[in-house]
Amino acid sequence: MSSTRAAPPRRPPAPQGGSAGDRRMTWRDRLYRFDMRYMPYLMIAPFFLLFLVFGLFPLLFNAVVSLRNYRLDDPTLPYWAGLENFSRLIADEDFWNALYNTFGIFLLSTVPQLLLALLVASLLNRKLRAQTWWRVGVLLPYVTPIVASTMVFSVFFSRDFGMANWVLGLLGIGGADDPIDWRAGKLQAWIAIATMVNWKWIGYNALLYLAAMQSIPRDVYEAAAIDGAGQWKQLWRITVPMIQPVVLFTVILSTIGGLQLFTEPMLFDPNAQAATGGPDGEWQTIAQLIYKVGWKDLNLGYAAAMSWALFLIILIVAGLNYLLTNRLSGGRR
Amino acid sequence: MTTRRVVARAPQDTPAGLWTYLLLAVSMLFAAFPLYWMFVIATSDDEALAKLPPAVIPGDRFLTNVEEVFSLQDVYFAASLINSVIVSVVVTASVLFFCSLAGFAFAKLRFRGSRALMLFVVLTLTVPNQLGIVALYIVMGRLGWNGTLLAVIAPGLVTAFGVFYMRQFILNTVPDELIESARVDGATTMRVYATIVLPAIRPALAVLGLLTFVATWNDFQWPLITLSGTDYPTSMVAVSDLASGNYVIYRRVLAGAFIATVPLLVMLFIGGRQIVRGIMEGAVKS
Repeated sequence: MSSTRAAPPRRPPAPQGGSAGDRRMTWRDRLYRFDMRYMPYLMIAPFFLLFLVFGLFPLLFNAVVSLRNYRLDDPTLPYWAGLENFSRLIADEDFWNALYNTFGIFLLSTVPQLLLALLVASLLNRKLRAQTWWRVGVLLPYVTPIVASTMVFSVFFSRDFGMANWVLGLLGIGGADDPIDWRAGKLQAWIAIATMVNWKWIGYNALLYLAAMQSIPRDVYEAAAIDGAGQWKQLWRITVPMIQPVVLFTVILSTIGGLQLFTEPMLFDPNAQAATGGPDGEWQTIAQLIYKVGWKDLNLGYAAAMSWALFLIILIVAGLNYLLTNRLSGGRR
Repeated sequence: MTTRRVVARAPQDTPAGLWTYLLLAVSMLFAAFPLYWMFVIATSDDEALAKLPPAVIPGDRFLTNVEEVFSLQDVYFAASLINSVIVSVVVTASVLFFCSLAGFAFAKLRFRGSRALMLFVVLTLTVPNQLGIVALYIVMGRLGWNGTLLAVIAPGLVTAFGVFYMRQFILNTVPDELIESARVDGATTMRVYATIVLPAIRPALAVLGLLTFVATWNDFQWPLITLSGTDYPTSMVAVSDLASGNYVIYRRVLAGAFIATVPLLVMLFIGGRQIVRGIMEGAVKS
């Protein structure tokens, strides 16, 4: 990752000679100097400009908005709200409910997702026929729009005639006489939504793990095999600890993504436009609540305060995950 | 598990056995079935959804359903597809150009503050941009862009990930000697970019282009906020509109969803190898 590069040669272009060429040379000299000195800044400027306007500024301005009365339907309120939005947040049952849902869905999706990804990766980490096609195949969910797949899963998880209940019925769970109503309780709804998240991301994470697995030096396995470690043992004792940095990376990624979950809970609701996440907020997530407060209740100031809370929560959870994953997989070796 | 077969080879050198293929086939089925079933319902009549065991064979009403989707008055489905193409193509082209330019500068050019600025780029990678979404809406309102495609296009024109990815690739693949010898011949920076860097990074352009296109096409939350209720939805917003209302007709919803998914399936079919490589390379480097 060293970024010291060889300096570009300082030599100006070959002079043309002659008196007429002198003026041209100074013009070229200037061009050359501009090119060397300022061109790099010009090349990186678009990123920084755009990030400033549409990334950094909104993030900071969000703080200002969160301290204001910013209601789209009532501009007559006093300009500043002080910490009112935040004190309201702490007493807001909807917020704590959404936080609870977000974490429930997050746990039900992250843990199975990463374990199954590990399994798929170890399957892919073999000498396979048509290797590329297997790898491309696991990416089908990754390229599918979440909007589209959520519509399908919404039908899968309908109470009557749903595929999920039919399959469970075959296994002796629920069945036609006593079908599971996936939208009637927290746990059912969380499981349904977590299934969608898992479906979407298992393949992607599997490829991340696969890449890391293939960069493990081969002689490590040879040594282990000589020591008599079987395949299963090799997976848990060698492969997993060796790919720990990537595991950490995927844990952080799915934390950031999972805590911002929006599309699945939105469209799982037959009455999506209300953004309530079920009649009693059974599966309303924080991102969804922010949307509802901001664009249905038209209270942008309060929505901004919630965004800050979410930001804080993500930071804390990502940090905790980092420590936890580090300890868990580090302690094994 | 108790069969203690001693394998002296690394897993990737061990030929896959029957069980591996079987389990992989099951995962494939799990991955593909929702897509297949989307097609089944998209081609069926209303009764297909009220059957047990569920229908699993495509019907013959695909064109009827599609026609209905396109003729719905307040969904603007045809326009939404065009909008999605415009947004995704513009964003992808812009990301490729500006990110490769910046990546080249960070990888091969010397300028004051380049290290600190690159560190800044990497740091911005970790900030979830959704968090400023309320303020972004207000900013777009000031600019008068809410409800127009500009609001969706502008924030995506250059990405930190793209700059980072391009820098890594250029650092590793474009030889310094090549650049230096072009410099000696009097080539300007832009000329070096056009004649040396661009041809060398074609594989990375393909990867970044595909990933960007897929992500832009699939984006939902921000387009929903800024475009919903206007005459200019993207296809994702339009599909979600199909499913709103008191009585949802799922064969229509899934026909619309299927049409909005097909471009991405085609891309995966054509560029799957590149997408796989892009994801796997990203994993090793991060």
